[in-house]
Amino acid sequence: MSPPSHQHGADVLTDGRADRTPVQGDQPLLSVQDLSVEFGLRGQKRVRAVDSVSFDIRPGEHVGLVGESGSGKSVTSLAIMGLLPRRGAHVSGRITYEGRDLLTASRAEMSQLRGNDIAMVFQDPMTSLNPVVPIGTQLAEVVTRHRRLSKSEARDRAGDLLARVGIPDPRRRLKEYPHQLSGGMRQRVLIAIALACEPRLLIADEPTTALDVTIQAQVLEVLKELVAETEAALLMITHDLGVVAGLCDRVNVMYSGRIVESTTRSVLFGEPRHPYTGGLLRSIPRLDAPRGEPLVAIPGSPTNTLPWTQGCAFAPRCAHVQDDCRTDPPALLEHGPRMLRCHHPLDGSDGPTPGGGSAGARPTAAGVADESAYRRPTEEDA
Amino acid sequence: MTPAGPSAGDDALDLVATPADERGTSLWRGAFRRLRRNPSAIIGAAIMLVFVLVAIFAPLLTSFRPGTGEFFGQVTPSSVPGPSQEHWLGLDTGGSDMWTQLLYGARQSLVYGVASTLVGLTAGAALGVLAGGFGAVGGRVGGWVDTAVMRVVDILLSIPSLLLAVSIAAIITQDSLAIIIAIGAAQVPIFARLLRSSMLAQGKSDYVLAAGALGFRKRRIVMSHILPNAIGPTIVQATLNLATATLEVAALSYLGLGPDDPRVAEWGRMLVNAQSRFDADPRLAILPGICIVVTALGFTLFGEALRESLDPRSRR
Repeated sequence: MSPPSHQHGADVLTDGRADRTPVQGDQPLLSVQDLSVEFGLRGQKRVRAVDSVSFDIRPGEHVGLVGESGSGKSVTSLAIMGLLPRRGAHVSGRITYEGRDLLTASRAEMSQLRGNDIAMVFQDPMTSLNPVVPIGTQLAEVVTRHRRLSKSEARDRAGDLLARVGIPDPRRRLKEYPHQLSGGMRQRVLIAIALACEPRLLIADEPTTALDVTIQAQVLEVLKELVAETEAALLMITHDLGVVAGLCDRVNVMYSGRIVESTTRSVLFGEPRHPYTGGLLRSIPRLDAPRGEPLVAIPGSPTNTLPWTQGCAFAPRCAHVQDDCRTDPPALLEHGPRMLRCHHPLDGSDGPTPGGGSAGARPTAAGVADESAYRRPTEEDA
Repeated sequence: MTPAGPSAGDDALDLVATPADERGTSLWRGAFRRLRRNPSAIIGAAIMLVFVLVAIFAPLLTSFRPGTGEFFGQVTPSSVPGPSQEHWLGLDTGGSDMWTQLLYGARQSLVYGVASTLVGLTAGAALGVLAGGFGAVGGRVGGWVDTAVMRVVDILLSIPSLLLAVSIAAIITQDSLAIIIAIGAAQVPIFARLLRSSMLAQGKSDYVLAAGALGFRKRRIVMSHILPNAIGPTIVQATLNLATATLEVAALSYLGLGPDDPRVAEWGRMLVNAQSRFDADPRLAILPGICIVVTALGFTLFGEALRESLDPRSRR
């Protein structure tokens, strides 16, 4: 799980699987370039949900896409899957998977790819399973869709998959219907379904948001293990930086449809530079915070934005806002080890991140970040 | 999920008590279990059972033949013989045994009711799947097919169902097939609209998106994911429509558009024949009337109970 090891992971992956197209070490598995998605029917005013978003995912790499509701992260994932409604959604830019352009791929090509090469875990396990079909059938269905397997082979595979996601007594569970399982169990089933054909890229769209906290940890652990086992690349979409801290090599922070900060996990948690990232980090309760210390919230709501064409969308909520933020749209520029879209980032120095190593990678932000670097923005605020 | 504590406890007991191989209960099986506990479902089912048995075994339950007028000699313009040792329910105006007529009338109602509902269900469901399936998967073509089909259905719906049945029965000849088609056609819009709307609603659910994300083709998603989830209300409606169809057969007969052989025992026609003598002999109208009401009640009770038991809110 240590961040610099994805290079090595990629080699293992390509060596281990001759049936897959071999990928050069540094070539991205999925490349999103300048992706924009606008909604609006003909004659209506268009709303830009995703605005010139670019990022790469290398084989086996775990990438986080972080942002609040409405920041465009789920729309990005649906655009990658080609699942946006054909009417009313206007997608531009390029999404390439192993060199193939997904936006121009035919419907048949896309449905070959979906579930087999790229799979997705959805947010709400209560509604993402077909309520009238036993889960075993739903699992076997995916396997037979993409692999040449007999019915009984598919059934066996379904049982194995259930066992791998930690569902006890899988053979018997195969016959059960979704309403007979708890939320955590259902999410495990969905993870099993998504990983049934050993996809090379798994998109997890807030997979733990609908679950309660103790189950969240279990489900994340299952997801993490299986992704590691199948050597799939992971695009983790979440608003929870705690999830990212335990899982992702790289993190892209989105705000109002644009990426505002993009860097490796250790850099981001060690030293958030965008005021929005800083605000997100400070809003996570920390184990080492003094008792009774109030959580710091980002003021305002995500609907209170400035259009990116006029300035920085985060300006109305930003504690560090200055005049040029409201008049001059910031560009995504390279700041040392990161890409940053901010005129007045937090903290000047971009030296080596102290203590932000991978050794202490625990699924809380607190476990990863260096305390002093972490809290500096708080003091500036106060 | 369930706010009530005791019901959660019941569930736990239920799971322990049920043998392992039966634990994979489907929604339909669960619905059946709730149905068995519902008194009105049992009454409805009992009425339906009696109705079907009577229709099938009518010849065994009487020693007379229907519509023969064999006792016409006993009928005078002023009086129709009432119940007697030989004729339990008396004679009808045509001089046939009333009991026999009623038994054989059940046959007509069953055949016409079930056949016409099947016709309506098949045609309506086909249109509904067409519109709902294309509508649910979206796209320009899908929307166009949906709109086109539904406008045709709307035209059908804009005509009152009995009027539609009357017109069709009047246009095509008055044989039994025509009556079945006439009553069935009047039911088409109900089924089509019902199925379409529940398919559209299902089409927006997460599992349909998830199925898309797993690479299933649109047709597969519509037929094996959306349709099974959407068909429930339609099946319930079919049960309820059996009652309506039975009534409409009677109504058509009453309007003189029923089976064209006047001797065929049919409850609606029996009502017509009794009309002129209603003051003197209400029995002639009341008996077939009771048959119609009780049969329709049986179907309605059962249909309503079925709808309740499939209602997601009554699911645990």
